[in-house]
Amino acid sequence: MARAATTADAFNAVAEPRRREILDALAGGERPVNDLVRELGLPQPQVSKHLRVLREVGAVDVRDQGRERLYRLNGHALKPIHDWVKGYERLWSERFDGLDQVLEELKQKEEGDGDGK
Amino acid sequence: MEMASSGTATVELPTDEQILITREFDAPKELVFKAFTTPELVRRWWHAERGEMSVAEIDLRVGGRWRYVMIADGGVEVGFHGEYREVVPNERLVSTEIFEGYPDEVAVNTATFEEVDGRTKLTILVEHSSKKARDAHINSGMEAGMQDAFDLLEQAAVSLR
Repeated sequence: MARAATTADAFNAVAEPRRREILDALAGGERPVNDLVRELGLPQPQVSKHLRVLREVGAVDVRDQGRERLYRLNGHALKPIHDWVKGYERLWSERFDGLDQVLEELKQKEEGDGDGK
Repeated sequence: MEMASSGTATVELPTDEQILITREFDAPKELVFKAFTTPELVRRWWHAERGEMSVAEIDLRVGGRWRYVMIADGGVEVGFHGEYREVVPNERLVSTEIFEGYPDEVAVNTATFEEVDGRTKLTILVEHSSKKARDAHINSGMEAGMQDAFDLLEQAAVSLR
């Protein structure tokens, strides 16, 4: 159960729109905070706060280079977050595959009934 | 024979309390709505090949109730029920949903049917009252997926005997 809760929290960390923008910006490679502040057009304290949340769930890693703090994506940590909803997505995908079959039959039946109407 | 499948469902979590499910179907919205709201048709797809539906009741009017019960392949019975709050045929369906194993939590589901060029985009927005309930809902779906995998594993094991 503890594992599920952690993964859920990580997912929520990643689900926040601004934090997702940060992850998108980092998808292209390592970036210093100032860069992210400029790109997102948000005040630095806010960006730092989002980065802290992302770091806590392991979605990003940070390292110091001289006077700069560089952030980068941690793809390995993002996988379980993705997997968390995948099971649920699979349930609905399989449901809808069945619905596709029902719809095919309804369509054929309608075509057949077409002249009789 | 043409392939019936129009792709996988997409699941998003727009807020802490919500789940958004979307999928496109190669059929006009009248048919998708019909397959979605007719008991004998629901019986044929809602189980997602994870068991058999023993109950599919739909009283399609505002204030009318619905109830689905599935007997999963392992013999476990899972039931859901709720009430329709809004019924706009072929367009929009708002209903409450209670998982009978966790009856204190009420979710509100809004299904919308949008047709473009003979294809229908179905959107289901599930709104829970708390993040905890929302996460439990997703976890239960994940467990269903796991169960599915275990069943396959068991089948494989039995076939090796």
